[in-house]
Amino acid sequence: MIRVKNLSYIYQPGMPFENQALYDINFEIPDGDFAAIIGHTGSGKSTLIQHLNALIRPTSGSIEIDGENICDKSADLKSIRSKVGIVFQYPEYQLFEETVYRDIAFGPKNMGLDEAEIKDRVYEAIKLVDFPEELLEKSPFELSGGQKRRVAIAGVLSMRPKVLILDEPTAGLDPHGRDEILGQIDRMHKENAGMTVIFVSHSMEDVARLAKHIIVLNHGRVAMDGEVADIFARGEELEKMGLSVPQITQLTRELIARGINIRPDIYTVDFAKNIYKELFCAREEKK
Amino acid sequence: MIKDITIGQYIAGNSPIHKMDARIKILCAFYFIVLLFVIRNPVQYAVITLFIAFMVKLSGVALKFILRGLKPMLFILLFTVIINIFMTPGEPIFELDIFSWTLSITKEGVVTGIYMLLRLIYLVIGTSILTLTTSPLMLTDGIEKILSPFRVIKVPAHEIAMMMTIAIRFIPTLAEEADKIMKAQTARGADFESGSIMRRAKAMIPLLVPLFVSAFRRADELAVAMDARCYHGGKNRTRMKQMKMSRYDIYAGIVFFVLSAILAIAMIAF
Repeated sequence: MIRVKNLSYIYQPGMPFENQALYDINFEIPDGDFAAIIGHTGSGKSTLIQHLNALIRPTSGSIEIDGENICDKSADLKSIRSKVGIVFQYPEYQLFEETVYRDIAFGPKNMGLDEAEIKDRVYEAIKLVDFPEELLEKSPFELSGGQKRRVAIAGVLSMRPKVLILDEPTAGLDPHGRDEILGQIDRMHKENAGMTVIFVSHSMEDVARLAKHIIVLNHGRVAMDGEVADIFARGEELEKMGLSVPQITQLTRELIARGINIRPDIYTVDFAKNIYKELFCAREEKK
Repeated sequence: MIKDITIGQYIAGNSPIHKMDARIKILCAFYFIVLLFVIRNPVQYAVITLFIAFMVKLSGVALKFILRGLKPMLFILLFTVIINIFMTPGEPIFELDIFSWTLSITKEGVVTGIYMLLRLIYLVIGTSILTLTTSPLMLTDGIEKILSPFRVIKVPAHEIAMMMTIAIRFIPTLAEEADKIMKAQTARGADFESGSIMRRAKAMIPLLVPLFVSAFRRADELAVAMDARCYHGGKNRTRMKQMKMSRYDIYAGIVFFVLSAILAIAMIAF
């Protein structure tokens, strides 16, 4: 359970460049949840997720993970960071080791695990991201973009985090690579019951496909917090914030506006397929 | 910590110092440094102190900002003072015997120590005023213009200025990048802050390798972008912003002339 209470954060307080990034943020994410954080550029998403594993300390407010306040001076940062894993934007730029294996082993090694355990975890992690075993001894710099990203994600997964945070995991990937990564994240969440996944995204399609729960940030404040259906039902408000609803939802809304009788809560193409099919069949029969 | 770098930071403003021509400002800063190393008696130091206080006030930049530039210098400042205090021969005012070795503080040592300290502090403040009130672009343009007479002896003035512009331009970018990578590695349990010097040096590898890789990538991208826009060096290039001298540059000349005169008088009189 992650509980964020009255969190505020100010960059460079007291300097001429002082800038408040977060204002009085409150939300809860239960264990095993699949939450999405959305908001346009500069809304404070990245700042917020960095708080969740104590990379930055809030100016005021608190963050509790499993009942432990991680903002405490006495909090054990190492254990927090192995509990909450963050995959940053473009994570492939942080690869540094000579071989893929050693790069993925970096996290577990820092946790002080023994060689056998590290090996187990590396193999487990590459399996989760579908990375071929034969390439483990290659240099990470020789891989393709999509594979580099998988290695970077595996580098976080090998720490077996209870909470996995992904900041725009599909940025800069082609549609094929995007689908693969999203599919793996989804599978990972389903297979590891109890693992909480939080992902930050611009793409409403991705959010609709994966998330159960959405937190909308706007100018450093929580603008909405709720189930996917509840959030996308408020399409106009989202548009005012410079966000949108999935294209398929938009299409459905416009059809409704033109007097076609169709249910409004359609968020994914897969779901829409059947509904639209029924609609067409019904019309054919009428003729 | 990385965010503390003040090099290349420019604080926009509207003060007379901001309005000066970059070339004149650079020359003034150089002249000021020369003055700092010529002066040698307390009255002259007092005059310079007043002068620098006046300049800080005139620039309108918060003192806190200017002093921040001193923070990384702290060790060098301390080191200089201590070396000077103990190593200058002269009349001892305090002696400490350690085995057969005498450690003595001399009167001359204390005086030179303090002078050296003031010199270095004023040096940093003086140059900080220059860089904080001049945009990096103007600064390198100014340097290019100042160096251009030396082209006759094959000094590549434009290339030097261009390299400096690029270097300054990339300081914040790379600092930000370093910050990002550091956070990503910290999230994976890397520890940059504790342990012995050897351990800490080793802990820098996960930061430095990605940083170098990305610096090369950026350099490559920039080179392609410059090529795509037909960059071909300084020949026949015109400027959007022409440098013009204004009355503020004349005022600066007068101020420095008066300052030099006062310092000269102080040197003879005391």
